[in-house]
Amino acid sequence: MSSAEPLLRVEDLQVAFHTPQGVVQAVRTVDFTVAPGECLAVVGESGSGKSVTARTLIGLPGPGARVRARRLTLDGEDLLGLSERRWREVRGGRIGFMPQDALSALDPLRKVGAEVAEGLRNHRPARRADVRAGVVELLRLARIPEPDLRARQYAHQLSGGLRQRAVLATALAAGPGLLVADEPTTALDVTVQARILDLLAARKAEGVAILLISHDLAVVGRLADRIAVMHDGVFVETGPTERILTEPAHPYTRRLLAAVPSAHAKGTRLSLEPPATPAKAPPPEVASGRVLEVSGLTKTFRTVGRRRRTAVEDVSFTLEAGETLGVLGESGSGKSTVARIVLGLLEPDAGSVALHGRPWSALREPARRPLRHRIQFVQQDPLASFDPRYTVERIVAEGLRDRPGPGRRRDRIADLLEQVGLDGALLDRRPAQLSGGQRQRVAIARALAPGPDVIVCDEPVSALDVSVQAQILDLFADLQRGLRVALLFISHDLGVIYHVSDRVIVMKGGRVVETGEAAEVFARPRHEHTRELLSALPELRDAGPAATSSPSPS
Amino acid sequence: MTAVASAERLAGAGDRRVRPGAALAWTFLALVAVAALWPSLLAGHEPNAVDPAHALAGPGAGHPFGTDQLGRDVLSRIVYGTRASVTIGLGATAFAVVAGSVLSTLAALGGRAADELVMRTTDVFLAFPGLLLAMLVVAVLGGSTLNATLAIGMSSAPGFARLIRGQMLVIRESDYVQAARALGRRPLDVHLRHTLPNALPPVLVLATVQVGAAIIGGSSLSFLGLGPKPPTAEWGAMLAEGRSFLAADWAVAVFPGLALTATVVACNVAGRGLQRRFEGRRHVVR
Repeated sequence: MSSAEPLLRVEDLQVAFHTPQGVVQAVRTVDFTVAPGECLAVVGESGSGKSVTARTLIGLPGPGARVRARRLTLDGEDLLGLSERRWREVRGGRIGFMPQDALSALDPLRKVGAEVAEGLRNHRPARRADVRAGVVELLRLARIPEPDLRARQYAHQLSGGLRQRAVLATALAAGPGLLVADEPTTALDVTVQARILDLLAARKAEGVAILLISHDLAVVGRLADRIAVMHDGVFVETGPTERILTEPAHPYTRRLLAAVPSAHAKGTRLSLEPPATPAKAPPPEVASGRVLEVSGLTKTFRTVGRRRRTAVEDVSFTLEAGETLGVLGESGSGKSTVARIVLGLLEPDAGSVALHGRPWSALREPARRPLRHRIQFVQQDPLASFDPRYTVERIVAEGLRDRPGPGRRRDRIADLLEQVGLDGALLDRRPAQLSGGQRQRVAIARALAPGPDVIVCDEPVSALDVSVQAQILDLFADLQRGLRVALLFISHDLGVIYHVSDRVIVMKGGRVVETGEAAEVFARPRHEHTRELLSALPELRDAGPAATSSPSPS
Repeated sequence: MTAVASAERLAGAGDRRVRPGAALAWTFLALVAVAALWPSLLAGHEPNAVDPAHALAGPGAGHPFGTDQLGRDVLSRIVYGTRASVTIGLGATAFAVVAGSVLSTLAALGGRAADELVMRTTDVFLAFPGLLLAMLVVAVLGGSTLNATLAIGMSSAPGFARLIRGQMLVIRESDYVQAARALGRRPLDVHLRHTLPNALPPVLVLATVQVGAAIIGGSSLSFLGLGPKPPTAEWGAMLAEGRSFLAADWAVAVFPGLALTATVVACNVAGRGLQRRFEGRRHVVR
């Protein structure tokens, strides 16, 4: 940590949005400072106002925003009354901005080098050759291998990690003293995320002040010197990273920390929600024994130019009744392809899936259709998984196997909603009118409706805030205890997988690299990739006591 | 982040206030609707009442748009001609959308061979100018408002079939169709419950613009003598007749032309308004 004079001083910052529907106070009051060589992390869930805070600092709070502050200075210069002209000099020149989505931050029609060069030229008039050398130097600084080559490529030709590095190079092009990074690693795989964080740490060591915005306490713990926890437009707690993570004072911080699934929280409830009571649903048709047997799955896809890409190669596993098998892998590891094959939505090139010892993937569609209710599906983006024209009632009704009369149907669906902890009053809502957590509960209710033996969950909590994620993970645990349904749980998030799984398979490049009991795999990983994933995991340093660490009855 | 997003959404909602141009267009379309349903409310004269003494009288007190070569009131004939144009415009578009839906459903459900067959057939039809195709149909069926409607509808159906199929291809890959498949729904069931209803809204927006095009198509057929038989009042036919008397009286041809133009422009402006609204809604839903 640096004890230097603060570079950025913010006192009583308020941002309100004036809309036809009234005034929305996104940031109520916020005070902070950032010194050179220091990283302040602002942590909060969606809607807390953290991104608005970041955007206000680069003079782009959004349409209809009214910004007020007692003090908002960068190196002594007042940022409040800046002209648009002066803002253009400050933005990029003195404050660099690193957005979350690198693909949309880079112009698809321009080469990466041109993008970085723009940042250079805008703030320092220079000769052509100097600019070119400067670009390569910046890309090298961002640890992009073969910077000469990369400068001549387009954004879509770069991987997600390289793209985010190119964005960092752009943000740092003019040598700003302050870097504002808004969720810089959220869209990245955990191993790539670790490298980007290292890169930011290196900039910090050279004296760049960093304001890091994130929803992920664990990520922030790696880089930040101080953490500010934001909730509802206010910093509820600010303090040194170590203290916030180990001795959180504010109840909201404690709740946030407890909600993070990890080794410590295994077998405990993550949220304060009362347990769901899945008593009324019929038990699965077969309550014990081997539900799924997957052997030797292989699938290749044709790509551009007649090449074939092997998405899944020789994948085998089994799933017993009532257990959870976690499938851990980074993007492109083939886990979603496995899900689609198990669901019978995709035919494997080789290998087979057997359901209750009888053929499943080998069946022709008309023969498979009457059995489909046994394997159900919960997807990552619940909103996309619903027909936008449907009400909650119709969405869940689609899962019912019989066609009960209207009154009877409503009762049945209200029962299903109750099982997943939703109020029957939501029956007539449309998906767009629900919160993210409510939507995922509706998706689970639909999956439960036909009484499945297996539910395939493809990244079911990845799009959710950590506290909502905690509730959904608890719900899965409750449902499984009551219904003895087997879960094939796919996620890129090691903490989530660790929390929910009985057994785990780790995938990389379409292959299973490691299988075993969850505790065994994470305690003594045998494969190098598993070790890499584990080491890249930003560990919460022994997070504070969980809000409700009562042992589960199972 | 959400706050910014919601602010943008609200700004988008602000865009929904009715623009003056759109208001004008809708008002005019309401007038057109009245003229099509109850022409006697707006017309001062019988459309076919001949009065040779006042032929080609020019705009004046008794006849605001003047009279034609037979002394018939031009305003009344324009008002009575609305029905034919509106019938062709709406009828042909409806026919095209329904035929396009059926064709694209066949393509979507019938597997690769059916898809190829339907799409290559539409390619062939799209290779001909629409009006030429319509003329062929009318030449075979004979000239009447109904046949003109069919002809224009058939010539624009292939375009709709392509468009709807394109939408369906996207929707078929969506998560909710996958979920419905995983629930064991039959393909036809999934198609009718999810794919088709979600493919149609953007198409319906395009259809409002197509109404204008179909009105022009219908009038073009009449202009060429392939529309309803004389002395039925029809804008295209009036234009064709008035053309011969342009030197003597400009009003005979100009006012039917203006009516045609104004109606088509109103359709397009209203269609664009709907499109904007629809896209706004789409944005919120996504």
